[in-house]
Amino acid sequence: MTPGDRVQEVYRRENRRVFATLVRLLGDFDLAEDALQSAFLAASERWPQQGVPRNPVAWLVSAGRFRAIDSLRRQRRMTPWSEAAEAAAGIADEASVYEELEDVEDDRLRLIFTCCHPSLSEEAAIAMTLREICGLSTEAIARGFLIAPTTLAQRIVRAKSKIRDARIPYEVPDRDALPARLGRVLRVIYLVFNEGHSAAQGADLMRPDLTAEAIRLARLLADLIPDPEVRGLLALLLLQDSRRRARTTASGDLVPLEAQDRTLWDRAAIAEGVSLVRQALGVHGFGSYALQAAIAAVHAEAPSSEATDWAEIVGLYDALLHREPSPVIALNRAVAVAMRDGPEAGLALIEPLLTPELLGGYHLAHAAKAELLRRAGHCDAAKSAYEASLGLARQDPEKRFLRARLAEISD
Amino acid sequence: MKYLCLVYLDRENWSACPDPVCADYAQKLVDRQVLLAGEALHPVDSATTVRVRNGQAQLYDGPFAETKELLAGFYLVEARDLNEAIRIASGIPPGEYGSIEVRPVRQLELGDATS
Repeated sequence: MTPGDRVQEVYRRENRRVFATLVRLLGDFDLAEDALQSAFLAASERWPQQGVPRNPVAWLVSAGRFRAIDSLRRQRRMTPWSEAAEAAAGIADEASVYEELEDVEDDRLRLIFTCCHPSLSEEAAIAMTLREICGLSTEAIARGFLIAPTTLAQRIVRAKSKIRDARIPYEVPDRDALPARLGRVLRVIYLVFNEGHSAAQGADLMRPDLTAEAIRLARLLADLIPDPEVRGLLALLLLQDSRRRARTTASGDLVPLEAQDRTLWDRAAIAEGVSLVRQALGVHGFGSYALQAAIAAVHAEAPSSEATDWAEIVGLYDALLHREPSPVIALNRAVAVAMRDGPEAGLALIEPLLTPELLGGYHLAHAAKAELLRRAGHCDAAKSAYEASLGLARQDPEKRFLRARLAEISD
Repeated sequence: MKYLCLVYLDRENWSACPDPVCADYAQKLVDRQVLLAGEALHPVDSATTVRVRNGQAQLYDGPFAETKELLAGFYLVEARDLNEAIRIASGIPPGEYGSIEVRPVRQLELGDATS
């Protein structure tokens, strides 16, 4: 590998790590981004001549900081306003970068908690996470969420202004604040995953793989924080993603869980997910992500839909519902009860959820009802429930699936 | 008797009034010994709203006060960063019944004239 290749490789693997530390040293996202680019530019000039340094990350942090100070000093000569000068002096006075590199792993956490700070909106936190922690381009993120790049760019600019103006600190929250703040981070990662998971696979090859980014983030967080909910989230993402190849047909049609070809499930992801679930449930402090992952693990280990331990799944939904009363969880529990006790038992639980305040507007609630009515042999009622679901569904693969079911029933 | 004078501006006119004009007026009030505290605020994008429910502080992006909520008081506090300001705001007793908006104060930009 030539030194030039090494620069590329280090950039790919380490640029976010260098960035996270530069944000701490320079106290500003934009300054840090500029410094990062100058540091890699310097590396591509120097490394081919002088050889690759023993600690490339330390070299890059040091080079980036030096260049930032240098450019602040030049600004100082050009403007009498002293803020830039003070900034340069403040940065230069700090202890040597090399001593501070022990903090590098903490810097990655600081970056995560800052980008997911609860005083940023959820949309802004997602954009900042993908841009600053994952290093995706603004254009790629905009494609991922099907919004205009200018809208996304503006969201990021606003978030950065808020971090600066309201002085959101670059720190890992203290023990008291950690659970609530960690919850926000996990939710942001889960939302990124869901966006990727529900997107039509292969419809747009230019869309970034948001599921892979979310799994990478969860893995990073699990390495940095030994918390059962972090493990639970990573397990949940791995287990849901393990069914990726079986979830849709080649033409992009949805395949429901009971009809999936289980030989297409990713066994390595399942093994890792199941092992993480066991670890998460084995310690005090697990929560809803670990329980959802446990449910996904029961499915993943079952040889078929009929041979699934539905009693176990109902029990896990009971625990989840107790912890987090939500109509969507109640709906999923009702479906599991139907698998255990028959469709009529499930229908009795779904009906009260279909009020306008609860799930009356949720297409999957009507689809679940339709499915159980069909199994119970009530074809006409099933048909109108499928029609209600179709009227509410928004994604093409789901609509195609519902139309196919309607056609089957009408035959 | 103390009075709190609140400045309301819509987004279009947010920067309409030049900072030095505000600073001059503030200085006049200081000279007359009638100004206790006065600050300019960053735009609403920088706001965070804190509500305390069941002893838990809930944070929201932006000014989240419901329109039926009316301004009932204010605290001008000194804090190291937003997290400390939120900790202080979470302890303000009416936060259990309504909401507390935390807005960073900004420095007036007076340009070279005063430096």
